[in-house]
Amino acid sequence: MKKNMLKTLSPMLNLPTPSSISFMWNFGSLLMICLMNQILTGLFLAFHYKTDINLAFQSIINMNRNVNFGWLIRSFHANGASMFFIMIYIHISRGIYMNSFNFKMTWIIGVMLLLLTMMTAFVGYVLPWGQMSFWGATVITNLLSAIPYLGNSIVIWIWGGFSINNATLTRFFSIHFILPFIIILFTFIHLFFLHVTGSNNPLGINSNFDKITFSPYFLIKDLIGLIMFMWMFLILTLIFPYLLNDHNNFIMANSMITPNHIQPEWYFLFSYSILRAIPNKLGGVIALMSSILILLVLPMLNNKKFLSNKFYPINKIMFWMFIMTFFMLTWIGMQPVEYPFIFTSQIFTMIYFSYFFINFYLMKMWDKLLI
Amino acid sequence: MKFFQAASRWSKNHKFFLTSFGVLAGGGSSLIYALEQSIHASNDAAHVAKQKWNHNGWFDTLDHASVRRGWEVYKNVCAACHSIEYLAYRELVGACLTEDEAKAEAAEQLIDDGPDETGAMFKRPGKLSDLLPKPYPNEEAARYANGGAYPPDLTYITQARIDGENYIFALLTGYMDPPAGVQLAENQHYNPYFPGGAIGMAQALYDEIIEYEDGTPATQSQCAKDVITFLKWCAEPEHDTRKLFAMKAFTVLGVLNLVVWYLHRHYWSVLKTRKILQNPKSLFKK
Repeated sequence: MKKNMLKTLSPMLNLPTPSSISFMWNFGSLLMICLMNQILTGLFLAFHYKTDINLAFQSIINMNRNVNFGWLIRSFHANGASMFFIMIYIHISRGIYMNSFNFKMTWIIGVMLLLLTMMTAFVGYVLPWGQMSFWGATVITNLLSAIPYLGNSIVIWIWGGFSINNATLTRFFSIHFILPFIIILFTFIHLFFLHVTGSNNPLGINSNFDKITFSPYFLIKDLIGLIMFMWMFLILTLIFPYLLNDHNNFIMANSMITPNHIQPEWYFLFSYSILRAIPNKLGGVIALMSSILILLVLPMLNNKKFLSNKFYPINKIMFWMFIMTFFMLTWIGMQPVEYPFIFTSQIFTMIYFSYFFINFYLMKMWDKLLI
Repeated sequence: MKFFQAASRWSKNHKFFLTSFGVLAGGGSSLIYALEQSIHASNDAAHVAKQKWNHNGWFDTLDHASVRRGWEVYKNVCAACHSIEYLAYRELVGACLTEDEAKAEAAEQLIDDGPDETGAMFKRPGKLSDLLPKPYPNEEAARYANGGAYPPDLTYITQARIDGENYIFALLTGYMDPPAGVQLAENQHYNPYFPGGAIGMAQALYDEIIEYEDGTPATQSQCAKDVITFLKWCAEPEHDTRKLFAMKAFTVLGVLNLVVWYLHRHYWSVLKTRKILQNPKSLFKK
């Protein structure tokens, strides 16, 4: 039995892995753990959740107050979503910095995984049926009405009526339940393409020059990553469980009272800022989608001599400016739509998009300078 | 010290990069701070002072003597208008009342029940499993009785307001005469911490408005502090258990952290100290 198990696990434990990969390569395995956490806690929450606009809010309160450790499971699920996105954003940033987008198929599937995760998180946020769930859903689904000719019909079709209502809630719950399984499928495709080439490394050189077995070296490295993750996760869930919640979501959804500021969860705020920066609905929606899809441009803008940002000092500065732009856009997304925030978001939106192209030309210039 | 020694060995590019990053980070933070201040200045409600709540620390529990006094304030003052619709009497047991006290409190209420064998509804004394009764049968009745204002449910009020406990404390203790030029409608009161300043709720807490069982002087601020601690417990009944879990989890994680870190060093020491030697081809030829 033990022999068979070891035989089965052998390809994984003996996987040839580049010796130089650092802790920045831990986030893939941490994302898998996040996904497992979301699926398991989500399953337990689904046992008690009521998919009805008159009962959904109360069923969440029932979970928190009357179900054994319901508050803990819910805290793991709600804060688990935030941790999921923190890990995703670091994973993507590492990919950009270390040029992991050279593995085109892995990168493309990764971007699709990001879109799927965002969609899952969005429909999941509607389920507690608080004020921000309702109004967030109203604003975001209404964006589809910007599609010429078909927009309004699509919105009504998605709502299942003329406003966000019971039909919307039931279908959002179904979608929220099924999407994680599609994410698992895409994760395996992501891993398949990754293992066709093997992992990238911090130097960006051919990884085959120096490889060691996955176990025990990277098994133990991943364990350290897991423990660091657990520190963050448990501090968030056990000490500050409501830190990232919107106070409006403790009030039951009311279609007759609009909150002062409607804003999505923190992980969508950078895109939300970009949406609000464009004074045209269709233009805003296109910019919003582009803020994610522009990641697909990276493999095409990759014609440089060295294969990692490590060897491009100016591009390093550009990268950190890009990260700061992301934080600024996130913060602006929380602010009311008025001066100076509209103007500031427009400036940072331009910086956000121009990074991808200026970065490319600066690398070319640096190459010319050296060679 | 080691850091500064290492810094002296950095290349020019390295120093330039880190300096630029520092300047950018500092500039960005200053910009955020300046913009954040500008938005606060344009808000019409007065700034809320931060209070030092007993339960704010990472491992601090709620002050249960305060929760008990807060229950007295709620029952005698707030319950006339505000409901706590998701709280059951059984939840009070062990948090601020004994089981016998909670049973007695529940039994004071008449709860609608039924139908009986004749099909009629009837009233019976409350039990531990009953939820706290609401002061009004519905929102319309509440608005009618309060000049159009709707007293919100208080179960989650500390989480449903920005700056929760601090805001409610400022609101409860912040009533004053309206400044010159401010006109209030009938049944409205002036409170600078409420957005717009005009609030339907009259000042509810005064010095000595109730007498505490434990003899604590019932000043206005004491009553406000106690009722807010009680409401914090209502919104987060798991508060103390949660922090106890945190202490246990952090202890286990701390030990695991040390073990895994040691194992990491142990396994990687061989690789980290290896020397890679490239033999010229000529050597092989010999």
